[in-house]
Amino acid sequence: MRRLGVDSVPIALFIAVFTGIVLSLLSSYIFTGAVPLYFVGALVGKTVMMELGPVLTGMALAGRVGASIAAELGTMKVTEQVDALETLAYDRNAYLVVPRVLAATLMFPVVTAFAMAVGVGSGWITAVNLLDLSTPEFFKGLKLFYRFKDIWFGLVKSASFGAAVALMGCLRGLDAKSGAQGVGQSTTRAVVLGCEAILVLDAFWALVLL
Amino acid sequence: MIELEHLTKTFGVHRVLDGVSLEVPDGQTTVIIGYSGAGKSVTLKCIVGLLVPDHGRVIVDGAVVQDLGREELAELRGRIGYVFQFAALFDSMTVAENIALGLVKRGHDPATISQRIEESLGVVELSGTEDKYPAELSGGMRKRVGIARAIALKPRYILYDEPTSGLDPVTSAVMDQLMVRTRDLGVTGLVVTHDMRSAFCVGDRIAMLYDGRIRQVGTKAEIQATSDPVVRQFIEGRP
Repeated sequence: MRRLGVDSVPIALFIAVFTGIVLSLLSSYIFTGAVPLYFVGALVGKTVMMELGPVLTGMALAGRVGASIAAELGTMKVTEQVDALETLAYDRNAYLVVPRVLAATLMFPVVTAFAMAVGVGSGWITAVNLLDLSTPEFFKGLKLFYRFKDIWFGLVKSASFGAAVALMGCLRGLDAKSGAQGVGQSTTRAVVLGCEAILVLDAFWALVLL
Repeated sequence: MIELEHLTKTFGVHRVLDGVSLEVPDGQTTVIIGYSGAGKSVTLKCIVGLLVPDHGRVIVDGAVVQDLGREELAELRGRIGYVFQFAALFDSMTVAENIALGLVKRGHDPATISQRIEESLGVVELSGTEDKYPAELSGGMRKRVGIARAIALKPRYILYDEPTSGLDPVTSAVMDQLMVRTRDLGVTGLVVTHDMRSAFCVGDRIAMLYDGRIRQVGTKAEIQATSDPVVRQFIEGRP
């Protein structure tokens, strides 16, 4: 859980900071002259919590976590460590797959929650310092359309992204063909499949929960 | 006893095993020799259920391996130690943790596990390496840890996959001694190798796998006196 979650926090926060900045500037550009500027807070909050926080964090972690799992299990496969595990009477799925999927399912929402907070925070700081917007105005906009569902919707999506990314990493890793090239191909495939799964799940949750 | 009955195994269009039949008598070491790619390792993997033969049966202690359920297969694997060609040690674990893994699965208490680790490392003359990681060991030491991991479980059978490949002559001789010592402890051995010096050193019976079948099986003396040109060429190492 430390490797899949805690170690992934820096990259997730890095992405969140710049997402918040860009969203704030972009919404100001769109709203100026048409809509009151305090709607910047609403757009930053809704977008970061419901969509960009979970999806961009998921994509980043699909690269980091999915690749890491696929490379680790792929190397274990081609060096016969997986076979060794089975000869010691361990079930490969119970010992290698289930803990990783559970860890990712639990830790993705945690990392995403940090990313949401930092994304909204960076959007707020940008709005106050670079736009003609005060702190009360930003938070007025943020609270205007806020519903508790915004947060849990993002976190539920994020948990499903974690499960999918870890599962793709495990499946591709355990399916690795012999040699470094085989492990490389499995790793690449795991990342691609993880990203694809995130986009499909994103659409699925939008259809089901909105 | 391990019995192989008419095993066939095909990968893609390549039939690796084409009717392999062999008996591995208890208390002895049987060596399967053959060219690289002849299917020796595939045969071993069929015995422990890592690969499933297309046809034929693997019978261990009267039970057909392919017919076993998950629990029964796990129980069977508890009776069979497997020494992999490249040791297959878990590189994120220390030597002691590698050896302990199988013991933990079988529910042994910590005191017994420590004792077994100490005993098995003593047998392979690697006492004091408990806290080292596989990356800190030489190839020969890793293979010896692989043997220690297998014998720590006190198995009835040990399958050795190319135990001397890639080792210098002295380390190979040490490995041979270990296999003989393990047999003397009452463990039935099945070794696959193309190292004839090792085969004649450790084997009570030798079988040659050729063209997907057992070409000849017999005692050391019978194999050494063979008139079969294929077996002769192989054991003499003639081009």
